[in-house]
Amino acid sequence: MALPAERWAPAGFLVTIPETLPCGPVSDLSPRPRVPADTATPEPETTTLHLRASHLDEMIAHCLGAYPEEGCGLLTGDPGTNTVRRVDPTRNAAASAQVYTVDPRDYLRIDRAAAAEGLEVIGVFHSHTHTDPYPSPTDIAQAPDPSWHYVLVSLRHEVASVRSYLIVSGLPVEESVEVH
Amino acid sequence: MPEVNLPNLLRQHAGGQRSVRVEGATIGEVLEALQRQYPGMSGQLVTADGQLHKFVNVYLNDDDVRYMDKLDTKVQGDDNISILPAVAGGGA
Repeated sequence: MALPAERWAPAGFLVTIPETLPCGPVSDLSPRPRVPADTATPEPETTTLHLRASHLDEMIAHCLGAYPEEGCGLLTGDPGTNTVRRVDPTRNAAASAQVYTVDPRDYLRIDRAAAAEGLEVIGVFHSHTHTDPYPSPTDIAQAPDPSWHYVLVSLRHEVASVRSYLIVSGLPVEESVEVH
Repeated sequence: MPEVNLPNLLRQHAGGQRSVRVEGATIGEVLEALQRQYPGMSGQLVTADGQLHKFVNVYLNDDDVRYMDKLDTKVQGDDNISILPAVAGGGA
């Protein structure tokens, strides 16, 4: 692990998230292959992801633990809301510093547990070990669900930074993150 | 009839139902029946050449059908089938 624990960003460090999309090479991104044109939905309105400070800590801790590989996991929450109830770290089946694959069996287990509790998976988090917390072309091309929250944990700098996005029709839209 | 658990992304095509029951003696038949009953799912599960879409994982009870007989995997009436999207990406 490259970053000592005492240098982790403290809980609640994320005080202001810009609601506007950071400038990026959006126009040259490849079309998202899993949304047929006839079902493509318009760009969503800006949303707010609600989570606890402990959820941030859990995501960052898991990603640091996975370093130098990318860490990943799922966010379980109340159906139809943007509220995280639980962070469920998973194995990175790709075991790579450059890409991640949520271990499918972990996803099955987490999905079943969520269903049993009346909850559902509402998003995914993963780390970028050497880049900023902005969805990569790979992230965008492989985003499975336009209603999901895609949380990026960047370990590029000494203090981890966290951002969240919706990815709809190949376009990432940053959302606010409210820490309770 | 086997029960099929749907991921959030496909529920919109099944009236919001979390799971549905459809006929079929194999995974392929179940998916065909599913797409026939809910046409909005067409093209999202099986490719034009009849293979399971690479971005979709299908489980027969606890087992990934890719490690069984794929779409030819036999299904019993009381089986539980789960469809989940592959979740991947990365900073590269």
